Amino acid sequence: MSAPVIIFFVLAAMCVIGAISLILQRHPIHSALSLIVVMVALAGLYLLMGAEFVAAVQIIVYGGAIMVLFVFVIMLLNAGLEERTNVSKLAGFAGIPLAVALTGLLAAAVARSEDAVQAATQTGATAPNKALANLLFQDFVYPFELTSFLILVAILGAIVLAGPRSET
Amino acid sequence: MVPTHYYVILSAVLFGLGVIAFIFKRNIITIFMSIELMLNAVNLAFVAFSQVWHRLDGQVFVLFVIVVAAAEAAVGLGIIIMITRNRKTLNVEDVNLLKL
Repeated sequence: MSAPVIIFFVLAAMCVIGAISLILQRHPIHSALSLIVVMVALAGLYLLMGAEFVAAVQIIVYGGAIMVLFVFVIMLLNAGLEERTNVSKLAGFAGIPLAVALTGLLAAAVARSEDAVQAATQTGATAPNKALANLLFQDFVYPFELTSFLILVAILGAIVLAGPRSET
Repeated sequence: MVPTHYYVILSAVLFGLGVIAFIFKRNIITIFMSIELMLNAVNLAFVAFSQVWHRLDGQVFVLFVIVVAAAEAAVGLGIIIMITRNRKTLNVEDVNLLKL
């Protein structure tokens, strides 16, 4: 096994263990910290694939901004342990089998298309950041501007929803 | 060079774990976090295919997904704060006004 494959398996194990830990932890803040582990490991995987800019954005935006928002809200709402309720019957019976079936279906579809994927695989450096910037600011410039509008709307929505009550 | 289907299978596994968390967790904040986990799994598949086909469109899409996830987190957490103010609970079982 070459070094990249070993690094892949270490990072993939971090991802999967973090995700399982997210499910098993009872306290929301522990789930949030598990999710941060998953996101950092995913950033490592992006670096392994040569997508440096996406890895940096993953750390800064996901690990830095979104998760801090989550942790902040958990502390603000003083969320305690998750109380155990009787799980809904449908989820109890069909939940795990359906989720496993979904995972298996996705993995099987990938395994079947493996030939096509392998045919296209080339070694070599991909994703120079300059090409990414050209693509983002030329071909995708209108969607890019639309996302800034989306962010503006989201800020206004968050202020309206969570801001001070208007007594009307 | 790591074979690409490893990445895609890992993405499928992470998505499945996100679905399981979405179904089984009872805390509304944790359910919201499992949505973020599923978005991350999809991002991994996007970057893997972008690497396979030597096209950068996939990475641009990942950036858009991250922006949308940030907007969604801001609005969704605002909604969670509203629910908690009004109903004094974080348990989704207790937020059942629309349930039959």
